[in-house]
Amino acid sequence: MNIDFLQTPRGKLITFAVLGIVLAILPWVLTGGFENGKSWVRAVDFALLYIMLALGLNIVVGYAGLLDLGYIAFYAVGAYTYALLNSPHLQAMLPYWLHNPPFLLMLLIAAFAAGVFGLLLGTPVLKLRGDYLAIVTLGFGEIIRIFMNNLDRPVNLTNGPQGINNIERVHFLGLDFGRPVEWLGLTFDMVHLYYYLILAFCIVIIFVTLRLQHSRIGRAWVALREDEIAANAMGINIRNVKLLAFAMGASFGGVSGALFASFQGFVSPESFVLMESIMVLCMVVLGGMGHIPGVILGAIIVSITPEILRDVINPLQEGLFGKRVVDPENLRMLIFGLAMISIMLVRPEGLWPSKRRAREFHEHDEEARA
Amino acid sequence: MDIFIQQLINGLIVGSIYALIALGYTMVYGIMQLINFAHGEIVMIGAMVTITCINLLLDLGVQLPGPLLLLAGLLMAIPVSMLLGFTIERVAYRPLRRAPRLAPLITAIGLSIVLQQLAMLIWGRNYRPFPSILPTKVHDFYGAAITDLQIAIFILAFLLMGGLFFLIERTKLGRAMRATSQNPDVAGLMGVNINTVISMTFVIGSALGAVAGVMVAANYDQAHAYMGFMIGLKAFTAAVLGGIGNLAGAVVGGILLGLIESLGSGYLGDLTGGFLGSNYKDIFAFVVLIAVLIFRPSGLMGERVAERA
Amino acid sequence: MSTPLLEIQGIHKRFGGLHALNDVGLSINAGEIYGLIGPNGAGKTTLFNVLTGLYQPDEGRFHFDGHDLFRKKPFVVVRSGIARTFQNIRLFANMTALENVMVGQHVRTRSGVIGAIFRHPRARAEEAAIKQRARELLEYVGIARRHDDLARNLSYGDQRRLEIARALATRPKLLALDEPAAGMNPSETEGLKKLMQKIRDDGVTILLIEHDVKLMMGLCDRIAVLDYGKKIAEGRPEQVKCDPRVIEAYLGVAPE
Repeated sequence: MNIDFLQTPRGKLITFAVLGIVLAILPWVLTGGFENGKSWVRAVDFALLYIMLALGLNIVVGYAGLLDLGYIAFYAVGAYTYALLNSPHLQAMLPYWLHNPPFLLMLLIAAFAAGVFGLLLGTPVLKLRGDYLAIVTLGFGEIIRIFMNNLDRPVNLTNGPQGINNIERVHFLGLDFGRPVEWLGLTFDMVHLYYYLILAFCIVIIFVTLRLQHSRIGRAWVALREDEIAANAMGINIRNVKLLAFAMGASFGGVSGALFASFQGFVSPESFVLMESIMVLCMVVLGGMGHIPGVILGAIIVSITPEILRDVINPLQEGLFGKRVVDPENLRMLIFGLAMISIMLVRPEGLWPSKRRAREFHEHDEEARA
Repeated sequence: MDIFIQQLINGLIVGSIYALIALGYTMVYGIMQLINFAHGEIVMIGAMVTITCINLLLDLGVQLPGPLLLLAGLLMAIPVSMLLGFTIERVAYRPLRRAPRLAPLITAIGLSIVLQQLAMLIWGRNYRPFPSILPTKVHDFYGAAITDLQIAIFILAFLLMGGLFFLIERTKLGRAMRATSQNPDVAGLMGVNINTVISMTFVIGSALGAVAGVMVAANYDQAHAYMGFMIGLKAFTAAVLGGIGNLAGAVVGGILLGLIESLGSGYLGDLTGGFLGSNYKDIFAFVVLIAVLIFRPSGLMGERVAERA
Repeated sequence: MSTPLLEIQGIHKRFGGLHALNDVGLSINAGEIYGLIGPNGAGKTTLFNVLTGLYQPDEGRFHFDGHDLFRKKPFVVVRSGIARTFQNIRLFANMTALENVMVGQHVRTRSGVIGAIFRHPRARAEEAAIKQRARELLEYVGIARRHDDLARNLSYGDQRRLEIARALATRPKLLALDEPAAGMNPSETEGLKKLMQKIRDDGVTILLIEHDVKLMMGLCDRIAVLDYGKKIAEGRPEQVKCDPRVIEAYLGVAPE
C-alpha cells in the first residue's frame, strides 16, 4: 500500500472512515464470531479503559518526564468517588441531592476529585527528581490503597477489603446501561452498551491529548522534561506546569476509574495494587513514550495479550502434551514477562515511537557504528 | 513483658535484614543509576532454594544439627542467587546500558514477573513452611523475648555488612567499584574493566540478598513466591531513605525503617486512640520516606548536590 | 544621565563557607553592551545566576526597569525583561529549532488548557503568532533553514545562535550572554560579534561574559572585572585594560 496516500486529506478521511466502521462493528464481530464473544467484548472494554489510563500517564511521564509509579491511585479515586455516590453503601449518610448525580456531572466530579489528589501528590514532590520521584509516587499509591483497605473503621467509608457492591450502572441519554436494549434487530447487552460509552470517552481523551500536545502547555511540558533548568530560565513557571501535568494526568485516571466502577458494579482495593500502576507504565513505555498512537497500541497489547494467551495456552498444551502440564495462569504471566523483556531489548524506544524519536535512536546507531 | 524493648528488638532484627537487601539496591544504583527491580526476587529465590535444600537433606535422612543443615542450604542458595544476579545483568541490563532510562526499568519489571512465575511453577502457589530445625529457645532480655535465631540474624547481618565495607574500602575490586560509580567512562580509561565491576556488583549484591532471604524465611517461618515484592519494596525504600547510592545510608535507612515500622505499629493504636491500628503498618515506610524526602530531597545521608546552572 | 536599566548593590551570595559574591554592585544603562570579565572562579557565572533568578542572593538590592527583583523567581525575572543563555549550551535537545524558540515565547503568551483543547479564535491567533515570530527569530539569527532539525543535531555555532534566538523570544530588555563565543573559531566569532551589535542596535541591552579579551575590547561599551567575588574595576575597555588591579588579578603580580 502506498503510505504517502494516507497522508493526503482524502487518504486521511478514508483511513478514519474505515477505522470508524471497524470500531463500530467490532463488538458484533466478536460476539458473532466467537463462542465466548461477550467475554471478548468485555476484554475490549477494559482495553479502552486502559487506553484512557495510559494516555493520562503519558502526560505525566511521556510529556513532562515525571516518573510516576503510583498512577493507579487516581483510577482508584475516580472509581471510589463513583461508587460512593452511586451505591447504597454510603447513601444513607449522604444528603439526598448527592445521590446518583447526572452522569456527565458525575464524571466531572470524579475527574475533579482525582485532579485534587494529583495536586496533593504533586505539591510535596515538586523538588524531587527521577528515581526519588518514582519511589515517592509509588509510596503515595500504596498509601491510598492501604487507606481504602482500612477505612471501614471507625466510620465505614470504604467497606475495607470487601469493597463496595451494588453500584448503579450509568443512566445516560435515557438509557440504562445495565439493561439490554433492542435496536435495529440487535440485542445490545451491557458489554455492548459500555463498549460504545467507553469508546466515546476514549475518543474524547485522545482528542484532548492531541490538542494539548501541540499547544503552549504541551511544549512547556516537553521543555520541562528536556531540561528543567533551561525551562526555568526561559520563564516557565515550573511549579504550575508540573502541577498541571499531575492534575491533568490524574483527572484522566479519575474519569477512567468512574467508568470502571460503573461497568464492574463493584470496586475493592484489590483492583488498585502497585502491579496495576506498573502495567500502565509498561503500556506507555512499550508502546512508545510521548507518542499517542504508540501509547494506544501499548495499552491494547498489554491488556489484550494476557486474554489471548488465556484462550490459547490450554488448547495448545493439550494438543502438544495431551494434558495440561503447567498452570495456564503461570504460563500466561511468564510469557507476558518474557515479552516485556524482549520487546525492550529489541526496541528500547518502544514499538511505535514518534518519527522524531525513532530518528533519535537511529542516529545513535550511526554514531555507534562511526 | 516489656513491649517497648520487644518492639525495639523486633525492629532491629527486621531492620538489619532490610539493610542487607537495601545494600544490593544501593550498590547497583550507585554504579549504574538503575533500580534493579528484580532484586526482591533474588531474595525470594535464595529463601526458596535454601528451604528445598534443607528438606532434601532431611528426606535423605542426613543427621546433622539444625544450624549445619541451614548452613548447607545457604551454601547452595548463595551460588544460585549469585549466578542469577550475574545472568540478569548480562541478559536484561547490559544491552540497554546506553538506552533511555526507562527501558531497563521495564526489563527489570519483566524479569521480576518472570522470576515470580518461575518460582510458582517450581515451588507452587502456597506458602512453603520453613523446616523446624532450629532451636526455639527463648532468652529473656530486660523483660523482652529474643531467640537464638534472632541473635544470629543480627550478628550475621552486621558481619556481612562489615565484610562489604572492608571489600569496598580496602580491596582493589572495591576501589574499582568506587571509581566506576564516580565516572564509568573515566574509570574505563584508567584501565578498570567496567563490565567485570558491574557483574561483580550484581554478584555480591545477590549473595547478600540470598542470605537476607533465608533470614526472612527463618524469621517468619515461611516463604512464598511473592515474598520478594514487598520486602524488596521496603528495602528499596530504606535505600532511598538513607540516600540511594550511599552504602552507609542503606544500613542506616534499613535499621531506621525496621525500627519505625515496629515501634510505629506497636504504638499507633494508643497514639491515635484506636483510630489507626497496626493494620496501617505498611504505610509507615512510605510516610516516613515522603516526609524525609520533602525536607532532604537526596535522602538522609545522600550528598546534596548543589544545583548547577 | 537617566536612571540605569539594571542596578544591583551590595549583593552577597555564599555557598557554605565559600563567599562567591562579596558586596557586588553594578549598573547597566539601556542600550549599552556591558562586559563582565575575571579569572576562572571569580564569580561571573554566579552573578549571572543571581541576575536571572536561578540563585537567590543572601543580601543586597536588585532593581531592573522599575521592578524590584530581589529574590524573585526566574519567571518573574524573565517577565520583567531579562533573558539569558548558558555557558554550556542548554537547549531542549529533542525539540526542533523552531519549537525551542516557540517555548521561549511562553512567558509572553497566555493560552491555557481551555485554549489548547477548544482552540477558540484567540488561542488560534496566538498560536499562529508564536509560530510566525519563531520563524522570524530564526531568520534573524541566521539559522532559518534549520528550523525543522532537532536542536541536538545543529552544529555548535548554530546551537549558540539558537540559544540566542530562544532568549530573544522572551522579548527581553536585557540579554545576558554567558560566554557565547566559547569554542568558536575566528570567523564564527566575527559573525557572533556582528549579531550582538545588530541585537544592540535593535534596542536590546546586552550583558556579556567572555574570555576572549580582544572580542570584549572591541565590542563592549563598559567592562566590569570580578575577582574572588568582588568587583575590582569598572569602566571603559581601555581604562580597565590599564588598571593595575586587573593586571594583578590576571597575572598574579602587581606591575612595576
